[in-house]
Amino acid sequence: MNAKKIDHLATGVIYTLVISVIVILIAILGYILFNGVPDISWHFLTSAAQSFSAGGGIRDQLFNSLYLLILTIIVSLPIGLGAGIYLSEYAPNNWTTELIRTSVEVLSSLPSVVVGLFGYLLFVIKLNLGFSILSGAIALTFFNLPLLTRNIEESLRGVPDLQREAGMSLGLSSWKTTTKIVLPAALPGILTGLILSAGRIFGEAAALIYTAGQSAPTVDYTNWNIFSTTSFLNPMRPAETLAVHIWKVNTESVTPDAHLISSASSAVLIIVILIFNLGARFLGNKLYNKITASK
Amino acid sequence: MKEYNLTDSYITDITEKKALSTDNLQVYYGDNHAIFDANLNFPRYKITALIGASGCGKSTFLRCLNRMNDKVARVDGEIMYRNTDINSSKINVYEVRKHIGMVFQRPNPFAKSIKENIIFALKNAGINQKDELEERLEQSLKSAALWDEVKDNLNKSALALSGGQQQRLCIARSIAMKPDILLLDEPASALDPISTSKIEETLQTLKKDYSIIIVTHNLQQASRISDYTAFLHLGHIIEYNSTVNVFTHPKMRPTEDYVSGNFG
Repeated sequence: MNAKKIDHLATGVIYTLVISVIVILIAILGYILFNGVPDISWHFLTSAAQSFSAGGGIRDQLFNSLYLLILTIIVSLPIGLGAGIYLSEYAPNNWTTELIRTSVEVLSSLPSVVVGLFGYLLFVIKLNLGFSILSGAIALTFFNLPLLTRNIEESLRGVPDLQREAGMSLGLSSWKTTTKIVLPAALPGILTGLILSAGRIFGEAAALIYTAGQSAPTVDYTNWNIFSTTSFLNPMRPAETLAVHIWKVNTESVTPDAHLISSASSAVLIIVILIFNLGARFLGNKLYNKITASK
Repeated sequence: MKEYNLTDSYITDITEKKALSTDNLQVYYGDNHAIFDANLNFPRYKITALIGASGCGKSTFLRCLNRMNDKVARVDGEIMYRNTDINSSKINVYEVRKHIGMVFQRPNPFAKSIKENIIFALKNAGINQKDELEERLEQSLKSAALWDEVKDNLNKSALALSGGQQQRLCIARSIAMKPDILLLDEPASALDPISTSKIEETLQTLKKDYSIIIVTHNLQQASRISDYTAFLHLGHIIEYNSTVNVFTHPKMRPTEDYVSGNFG
């Protein structure tokens, strides 16, 4: 065979592989959306779930998912930023740093159900936090932190050393150079990683079943007192999220419309994650243009 | 490569006022001795060129002068600036770098607007009055011969400028800090001939107010713009003299071979 033929053949194989990936993706997305979207209604999104009768909604689950997501990011972002900045800007090149990096990698491949059980034993039982949003947020932080740290480290490393030298040569301290020059330049990448990890947190169920719990107590959406047990903002209350709800409805629910609810919930979950992903790209680009003052 | 006796050297005395001098400067990268006993006096308000083959240590030497080799290499010896040894560990390196600015081989503007590139470090140094910032912005861009090209687009991204403009912006950014000394590490090697000649013109006007030390690969450039030239070979300073003498009457054999192209 001559070079031209081999090239044609290889191109053909690569195209086939790419197309099969896209077909699988579209099939899954299409199936979920096709089955779920017709059942999504304003009523479905804004009413409480029903345990025994049909016609229940996902209001509380949807809110719990978003609230848990925000709390998780509040907890994990500062830690991830600190660790990422240390690893990329300050850590010396020696075996301790390599050990930290390897640990982060191992942690990132930990099965989420293991993280959940660990969270259950440590936070729920030992530290007496009970099934609560806080326990869930800390467990999700464990689950999220490795990839977030890695992403922040990689984004910072992506900024050329010339930028750091420019800062240093103007009499800026390493800290100023890092925070005012390197970090802004890396921000689009960090933001994209953050939003993608938000998608992962949003869809996580296994780590939450034993930490945030499987019940969604009725809460008062007008009670803004974070310490009140009926407040929707109280982080010490148990909270079933959307992904956990789907799991529960499918395994132990007795409502007659369980199938409908799980299809529609899955569709909502997928749509929210799609919005996160598309939003990540859009915001990342926008931010980059703003910071670099292009356009 | 020809073998030369590296211990012989010819270092001329500088009778003019000195901007900076090094005394027995040694640089080590781990166990690798990169610069041997560098004793040089740099005159004020002149351009001094550092020339030599790749890997001779000229950039390494230059980077010592504003402590950019901290954490990269070990630097022993003294660097005297205004009667102070700035190579001492007690010195505030950030303060040193405000007095001794640096421009790098590849243009490295910040990913910010043109204006922000200039005033960012100024604000960090505690200059906050708007008039002062505006004045320094205009002055530095004029000195770097960039003002006319960018004055209507000061809020545009610096990354949208051409390579030559970016490099002049980097020069402007350095001189906006009003340093005494400007170190340039092959500032024109990544640029086309037109941008190069603009940078050279800029340097000629800048030397009225700044002492300039420039590393260059380009011998014509060294002979065109510099007043003094130091020739380095394998980490040793072989010859230091007025540029005219280095290029027309070199005292040392390696220098003669290098400037006449018989090197290596």
